[in-house]
Amino acid sequence: MQRIRIAYNKGVELQYTGNLDMHKVWERTFRRAKLPLAYSQGFHPQPKLQQAAPLPLGFTSKAEILDVWLDTEESIEDISKKIVNTAQPGIVVRSVQAMPVLSEALPNLVNAAVYTIICDEALPRDEIDSRIEDFLSKTNIERERRGKKYDLRPLVRSLSLESEHPMILRMTLSCLPSATGRPEEVLEELEIDPFTVDIERTELALS
Amino acid sequence: MTNPTEIRKKLRRILPRVEKPGRYVGGELNQVVKDWNSVETHFSMVFPDIYDIGVPNLGVMILYEILNNRRDVLCERAYLPWLDMEAELRQSDIPLYSLESFHPLCDFDIIGFSIPYETIYTNVLNVLDLARIPMKSVDRTNTDPLIIAGGHSTFNPEPMSDFIDAFVIGEGEEVINDVVNVYQEWKRSGAERSSLLLKLSQIQGIYVPSMYEVTYHEDGTIDSVHPKHSTIPATVLKRMIPVLPPPPTHFIVPSIGVVHNRIAVEIMRGCTRGCRFCHAGMINRPVRERTVDEIVNSIEEALLNTGYEEISLLSLSSSDYTHISELVSAISERFAGKHLTISLPSLRIESFSVDIIEKLRGSRQGGFTLAPEAATDTMRNRINKPIQTAQLLATVREIYSRGWTTVKLYFMIGQPDETIEDVEAIIKVCKAVIGEGHKLIGKKANLHVGVGTFVPKPHTPFQWASVDDLESIYAKQKLLRDSFKGPGLRFTWTNPKETMLEAALSRGDRRIGEVIYTAWKNGAKFDAWQDQYKYNTWIEAFALCGIDPLFYISRPRGKDEVFPWDHISPGVSRKFLENEFEKSQQGVLTEDCRENCHACGILPIYNDVRRANPGELWLCPEVK
Repeated sequence: MQRIRIAYNKGVELQYTGNLDMHKVWERTFRRAKLPLAYSQGFHPQPKLQQAAPLPLGFTSKAEILDVWLDTEESIEDISKKIVNTAQPGIVVRSVQAMPVLSEALPNLVNAAVYTIICDEALPRDEIDSRIEDFLSKTNIERERRGKKYDLRPLVRSLSLESEHPMILRMTLSCLPSATGRPEEVLEELEIDPFTVDIERTELALS
Repeated sequence: MTNPTEIRKKLRRILPRVEKPGRYVGGELNQVVKDWNSVETHFSMVFPDIYDIGVPNLGVMILYEILNNRRDVLCERAYLPWLDMEAELRQSDIPLYSLESFHPLCDFDIIGFSIPYETIYTNVLNVLDLARIPMKSVDRTNTDPLIIAGGHSTFNPEPMSDFIDAFVIGEGEEVINDVVNVYQEWKRSGAERSSLLLKLSQIQGIYVPSMYEVTYHEDGTIDSVHPKHSTIPATVLKRMIPVLPPPPTHFIVPSIGVVHNRIAVEIMRGCTRGCRFCHAGMINRPVRERTVDEIVNSIEEALLNTGYEEISLLSLSSSDYTHISELVSAISERFAGKHLTISLPSLRIESFSVDIIEKLRGSRQGGFTLAPEAATDTMRNRINKPIQTAQLLATVREIYSRGWTTVKLYFMIGQPDETIEDVEAIIKVCKAVIGEGHKLIGKKANLHVGVGTFVPKPHTPFQWASVDDLESIYAKQKLLRDSFKGPGLRFTWTNPKETMLEAALSRGDRRIGEVIYTAWKNGAKFDAWQDQYKYNTWIEAFALCGIDPLFYISRPRGKDEVFPWDHISPGVSRKFLENEFEKSQQGVLTEDCRENCHACGILPIYNDVRRANPGELWLCPEVK
């Protein structure tokens, strides 16, 4: 058995494919590539796949990471070639690397995620600047998510305007199991309708 | 005009608001996208229900592959959006579009509907409306697409004849190319639409309803149906493929979960059993098989193309496939240990079926399904499905004792001359079945009983019979419901009001078209969805059109009555069906036609075809 780590982009074709369905997309990719997945033991054996951090429905990404356990002794070069050749439309494989089988689980390594947000409509420069400044100057921003109160401010590590026309925002949000920031929530605080933007995850920081 | 770029732009904003937006964006593995301007003919295949149900449809997949294999044609798909998306499309003024290129359907040359069952008719109207195509054939002009339809329910095309320009009767694999060719010739010629329809009606297997005239007797029954031109056949004989073509292997793999996520391979077409209620068994004759090699190789290829984890071997009666043991061995050898699920539905009630399934799958997930249909010998003889209760019990003993905990049994009520004793016998048999389960595995044993209500279908021996009346069905269902109580028992049944609609639509004539239109106009759609079906809307629609649904549902037909579907021929003769109906009334069985040819009418019609295709791939006798 060997463990590999795949870094890939998720494009518009798979924008509305959720995380469970992405598992299937990958399982089928390996079956097409004739790369045997390692399965868990037990009555309902499951293939061993692990995604770094779930990507919300509707987002695209240039920073997805997946760990996979394979029952094959093939070289990482051969494996990589097969995966690249059979990947589904919407997936661009950036790299495939061998990992120690027993190293830390991928989701535990994720620390933060960077999102780039392209807005349909641009605000005047001083208006967006002041909203961002306002946001950053606060020490806490109390919000509610599924009936639970939480503070959004500490989840936002950076927030900046990247381009004026089109208006593009860039934000780094905490991405820990206990504390995950959501770009839509930041947008709401900035009074930008999340239904009028395209959101892409552009970086995933591992610790 | 709305173009693909505009449609995509508008969609970006509405998709985040709807349930399962992945249904509306295409982009799946194996979809075929061609350059719109580089092909002559643009074809759209439409399955008029939601994506989740439409994508796994094998018929659509077969034709999609055939059409896209042509260099001069592109074929793109469309499905009916669910209610939330429909509302968004209407609100944002987006016409229904194809998933491959986001072209509005009205930009296509030909739109082909797959219509496998009757309760999908209003959905066809809804698709046309969302696509902004004139609903009625008579209102379409040269600039509108040609609207065609095929599928099992089109063996009685009359109820949909107002809306469909041309029907494909029978198997579509060859005739779809004939239709495209005729269309191309017509388009190049620049002639009127009426000349296209005339040319189409001269293709064997194509029925153009506007080219036929129906006259009625005073009592409302049909006097005659005759063609308006001398060059058109009085009876439209279905198309039939002498040798089944290689099965499709480039299945579209959706990026979201749908109802069946699998490779489907038809191992044979047709059935030799001759159950008298079975529409599929009558219209799919002659029985033709694929070779073991072809099936196994196509699975291998499809696995490489799709990566699917499930394979389903389809047929009307899998146990009857001549080389079933060889096939099962070959499949379990080739595909064992690869974490694949292989299913083989429609098995006969015998312990051999349990052996087969055991060999195909390592685990015993899910239930084991059998369809005895009736519980007394009298009824079994009437419907020509002779199964001994003792054999059923022996089979379920095997199932429970070999590790399955759930048995599923399908029965039917409302067949001609059914008595309350016949219904009580269903209860008795089921109690005996769960009793066997309890004896063998105790409380773990489950029995799911599904009881459907019989609808006498066109082109079957029961076409002369009437549907059981509503009160009687309710009473029988109540009896069953009250009796199916106890540990491990589960009972499901069909809503009798849905049965009534299915009956009226499947047995109707062209006057029903106005009812379908009125029902749709008043909000009927997704009639096959239990929670969407609007019985009262339909009743009102019948009343508004001055048509009594019971005329179609409850009236037994005289021997000489002209049926609305008599000018459509599945190759099986009316004489054979009549003889079978008489035998049913006498309780006489007709044996499997592999044992003895009963002259159903197929061989005389396809005499030359059989002679040109000798050997065992056809289960009909050889012709000298």
